[in-house]
Amino acid sequence: MMLVFALFFLLPLIFVTIVSAWDYNEYEMIPAFSLRGYSDTFEGCIADLPNLCTILKTYLKTLKLCLLTWSLTLLIGFTVAYFLAFHVRSKTWQIVLTLLCTIPFWTSNVIRMIAWIPLLGRNGLVNKGLQGAGLIHQPLEWLLFSEFSVVLALVHLFTFFMVVPIFNSMIRIDKRLIEASYDAGATGWQTLVNIIIPLAKPGIVIGSIFVITIVMGDFVTIGVMGGQQIASAGKIIEARLNALQFPAAAANAVILLGITILIISALTKVVDIRKEL
Amino acid sequence: MGEKRSRSFYVLAAFFTAYVLFLYGPMFAIYILSFQGPDGGLTFPMNGVSLVWFGKVFSGSGIIDIGAAFKRSLQLGLVVMVFTVVLSVSAGLAFRRSFRGASILFYVAIASLIMPSIITSLGIALEFRLLDDVIIKSGAANWTTAMGLFTSGLGAHLTWTLPFGLLIMFAIFNRFDGRLEEAARDLGATPWQTFRHVVLPIILPSVVGIGLFGFTLSWDELARSSQTIGSVNTLPLDLQGLTTTVTKPDIYALGTLTSAVSFLVIFLALVVILVLQARQRRHGSDAGKGMV
Repeated sequence: MMLVFALFFLLPLIFVTIVSAWDYNEYEMIPAFSLRGYSDTFEGCIADLPNLCTILKTYLKTLKLCLLTWSLTLLIGFTVAYFLAFHVRSKTWQIVLTLLCTIPFWTSNVIRMIAWIPLLGRNGLVNKGLQGAGLIHQPLEWLLFSEFSVVLALVHLFTFFMVVPIFNSMIRIDKRLIEASYDAGATGWQTLVNIIIPLAKPGIVIGSIFVITIVMGDFVTIGVMGGQQIASAGKIIEARLNALQFPAAAANAVILLGITILIISALTKVVDIRKEL
Repeated sequence: MGEKRSRSFYVLAAFFTAYVLFLYGPMFAIYILSFQGPDGGLTFPMNGVSLVWFGKVFSGSGIIDIGAAFKRSLQLGLVVMVFTVVLSVSAGLAFRRSFRGASILFYVAIASLIMPSIITSLGIALEFRLLDDVIIKSGAANWTTAMGLFTSGLGAHLTWTLPFGLLIMFAIFNRFDGRLEEAARDLGATPWQTFRHVVLPIILPSVVGIGLFGFTLSWDELARSSQTIGSVNTLPLDLQGLTTTVTKPDIYALGTLTSAVSFLVIFLALVVILVLQARQRRHGSDAGKGMV
């Protein structure tokens, strides 16, 4: 297993780092030290001040999508996990309902993205419905191939990654603690804020790491649901690759990696992952 | 935790139902739409009911050879499944004793799981490109590439499926009663016999689960495959390509077929798990039954 990871994970990462500092021309990479990959990436960043250059704008947009998706998946994921952990009483039902949430995870992401098209398209169900109800006269254009549809699809695809770890943390909370809290006169809300949320924190952090890293590197969902029009950190790498500019792609990958590691290390300050498994 | 269902239960139950509808609703929309009549378009309403679009998929009317992609994805999925099961189980067993590099392997696995896929994909592509360069320089004139479905593609998929398998193995062995193995050893079983007749039957349902993860994750994997499988495409890659070009419901038909395979595999795996668990309960204890 170590061999597989070494060959297909660690070594590739090392190559990405090395190649990111190579030179390149229109069609091939040149193994000579150069920071062109990086300087091309930040082209015009200083000249354009105080306006933001493309790369910074792109990262800001990615962060914005990431933040939106994260807060929505957290909200939905926490509520779903809370329901499963504390309100579903029989073990069998818990398993059945958890399975119900898991099955879509085993099916294709692309299909689950395409599935939104008949609903959100210009002649889709939502527009038809709203027009039929007389609420709008023109089809809403921003429903599909927009930031809205990207976030919607991301939430649709990845809330699962929030539900599982949070559920896992909640199920381990000693029920007597909650009873004690009620006995001491706490309201349901107080119990939630003072007992359950602090104890479910490890799950919340793990779920957040999953969602944030997925969204930061995503280029498929943003590509398909954004109609290939929205730029993101992952899309930059893809575009560079399609242009066969490997060092530039690698430089972007290193930058993305750095940002992701920053976010993760900030999150892991809050919780020790190893202890939670 | 009152005996009576509180109001919040109903609110949360409604929320949960809405979430499940949100999960499944759109998928069922395209399953229905894939049976669109010959004149039907990409959205509702249905223009008659037919299997025309499924026929289109099979006859390969499109630009790409769906049948071949289907077969490739299936083969790769099965190979990934076997590797995932074997490697996860052996790593899971190894982790029960502490060994050198255990925590490194653990953190690498977690890192591999949360690493943005495009970076892993790019790295593997670079690795193979450089390898090709070295081989060509060393004199193999008509060498094309080492990159392919079962080299770089397989590796890319494993970086995604193995962490899941490993985490499942952790979950199993956290609850595993080590005394069972001691008992087997005391009765004179060899390590292999202990594994084969004691450990394996107990963990088998979960091992099937790992297989399920291995296959379905590979079957639907897209981001990591994108740069690493060389000149041919897997099914999800073709599907993604189609989203930008196709304007007919055959893409839904293809989606329905792909999902049908997923559902079939999920269903089979769940049945096998249930059967195994039932058998465990039946044969769970033979205490007091005399010699078997």
